[in-house]
Amino acid sequence: MKLTGAQALIKSLEMQGVDVMFGLPGGAILPVYDPIIDSPIRHILVRHEQGAGHMAEGYAHATGRPGVAMVTSGPAATNIVTPLADAYMDSVPIVVITGQVATGLIGSDAFQEADTTGITMSVTKHNWLVTDANDIPNVVAEAFHVATTGRPGPVLIDFPKDVANAEMDWYWPTSVDMPGYKPNTRGHSKMIAAAVKMMFESAKPVFYVGGGVLNARGSEALAELVEITGIPVVTTLMARGAFPDDHPLCLGMPGMHGNYTAVTAMQKSDLLIALGSRFDDRVTGKLDGFAPGAKVIHVDIDPAELGKLRRPDVPIVGDCRSVIEDIIRAIKADPDAYQQRTDISDWVKTVKQWQEKYPLKYEQPALSGVLKPQYVIEKLRDAVPSDTIVVSGVGQHQMWASQYWKFNYPYTWINSGGLGTMGFAVPAAIGAKVGMPDRTVWAIDGDGCFQMTAQELVTASMERIPIKVALLNNSYLGMVRQWQEMFYGERYSEVYLSPDLPDYVKWAEAMGCASFRVENAEEVGPTIEKANEINDRPVVIEFRTDSSEKVFPMVPAGVTNDNIILGPEGLNGK
Amino acid sequence: MSISYIPGNGSYIDASESAGVIHHHVLSVLVENRAGVLARIAQLFSRRGYNIFSLAVAPTDDSRFSRITIVVDVDSAPLEQITKQLHKLINVIKISELDPADSVECELLVATVNADISSRGHVMELVALFDGKIIDVGIDKLTVLATGEPSKLDDFSELLSSFGIVELQRTGRVALAKLERQSNKLKNTTGRAG
Repeated sequence: MKLTGAQALIKSLEMQGVDVMFGLPGGAILPVYDPIIDSPIRHILVRHEQGAGHMAEGYAHATGRPGVAMVTSGPAATNIVTPLADAYMDSVPIVVITGQVATGLIGSDAFQEADTTGITMSVTKHNWLVTDANDIPNVVAEAFHVATTGRPGPVLIDFPKDVANAEMDWYWPTSVDMPGYKPNTRGHSKMIAAAVKMMFESAKPVFYVGGGVLNARGSEALAELVEITGIPVVTTLMARGAFPDDHPLCLGMPGMHGNYTAVTAMQKSDLLIALGSRFDDRVTGKLDGFAPGAKVIHVDIDPAELGKLRRPDVPIVGDCRSVIEDIIRAIKADPDAYQQRTDISDWVKTVKQWQEKYPLKYEQPALSGVLKPQYVIEKLRDAVPSDTIVVSGVGQHQMWASQYWKFNYPYTWINSGGLGTMGFAVPAAIGAKVGMPDRTVWAIDGDGCFQMTAQELVTASMERIPIKVALLNNSYLGMVRQWQEMFYGERYSEVYLSPDLPDYVKWAEAMGCASFRVENAEEVGPTIEKANEINDRPVVIEFRTDSSEKVFPMVPAGVTNDNIILGPEGLNGK
Repeated sequence: MSISYIPGNGSYIDASESAGVIHHHVLSVLVENRAGVLARIAQLFSRRGYNIFSLAVAPTDDSRFSRITIVVDVDSAPLEQITKQLHKLINVIKISELDPADSVECELLVATVNADISSRGHVMELVALFDGKIIDVGIDKLTVLATGEPSKLDDFSELLSSFGIVELQRTGRVALAKLERQSNKLKNTTGRAG
């Protein structure tokens, strides 16, 4: 069967089981947009290419299937670099297809030409420039294989216009042949035995759970391991929901804005069992002083993570779920060792005491008074289904959402962790809702973030993707303001955004959304109820919140996690 | 085809020899012979802040693959982290770290040196001593070539410099693991005895 390159590309995507793609056409990718008309793949037309990339990420986060975005060459390709970098940092499987000028013009500074494979080399797991239409099915199969296996990540296929127009004989490869790519998923049995031994010898162990557990679909296995061992769990920003917050052994989020118990349990522990986490600086604080008395078991599918920042005593290369299951098997195989394990009940008791003594706290004054953002999040949390998917941008609102939401199911928390991409929430929420149409999807966003990508609400309205947005408008770039207040002597430099410019309610309405404004605590609950009733279009609720509210606890940059500041009163002591 | 980069002083192990510590390691990297592979490797080194001391690339006998010999500065990052990151590149098939004691190394040097009537004889003598060749002759200059161990070429270039080096180019080292010296039978015997 003869196909054009463009037809072969779309057919290859169909063969990969792609049901939806996010994109925006243009000159170089034009030929590929023609067969889309005849394809069962749903195409969602975005308003900016960055939106397409983040939607693909949101889709991948929510469904576990690779997200697909397609844009044209040059400026479109550079616009999608941010989502690629975001997906690379957070190990999100997305496949991005970019148009490219005809092969004969590459290197000639042609119209809308950019060196896309060169530009994206450092923010993709791998990328391909297709120069022969006969390679298309192989390249697509390889691209999906690389994106979804091993440590997942973004890949990019650069697709010149003449290749799209060329003819090829259709085939579909039965397997991929990549001699340099063979990810190891099974942990080494000796290392697993060593890990079990070390776990049983530890008096103060902590599971340090990262996004790798979610990527490995390992939540159930983790829950079983925690039941067997009784070891407390911290879930990093990327792993919220990997272990239920309501479980008595769940300590919540560690790190710069983690709660006291999660931070201190790691700091005082004698064994960190790192599962798919990567000792990020936002978790460790000053690395030299991080968990100084702890041995480390480090499980990761990416060998380069083991020893990159902290040297593990037991390194295990493997898929988190497979390794956790092997650990469980090894424990069950030796009941004597299990019986004789070190008693950790004192440790668990100590941790529980910290939890009682140092809970997260904020004060919402009288219901008519100034509105606290944490109050909004708690109200929202209690008024929506427990399996609601929460998507956030980056900044104070992100930290409050992670702190105050109760994540009891995996894949209910989507955010930009590693890259910290402002403007992530709205498009990622759209992608999540497209992937999970039966679930409620709330974006919790800040006013700074919202202004970066809000135009995608037009996409949501047009395509009838009824996401809901809780916009916490404190009229500042709040996190930067917080740092300027705390560390720059309250000299506020370029952080003021204004509470009512733009008028968010009118803006949302103009984009086809239902919209509300809430200015005091009294109106929070009833307005959320109203939003919950609307399911035929997106909803935006603008909450006017306290500009001076800061995120606590906080470990300032450059110091160890022993120096955690619990609240504003802790600042005076300095 | 061979691409190489040589730092200004043209010397490989000057500092390390005096300090008695080896700062440079040789990695022999087998890669797929495809467009852009060298860019991926160079870009990885640059992005992660690793220093390349020298680099030599050429196809192997199997045209599907190329071998890249990289001399890395392990002061810039732990070698383990460098090899692990290299392994993540999809086009990288195999990495061997070549210990100088267990490998054979070779490099090529070409240099144009001042050689007027009075010094020409001395230059030719030096070239002969180093088993080199004269590959071009000018009125008052010679272009010479020598191959061998990098340290030998260090000596050669140092001695040439007294005549005045006009231009000098080195390829960067290429290396392969040393061959087995013992027969299997002999190894078995040793094994039993030990």
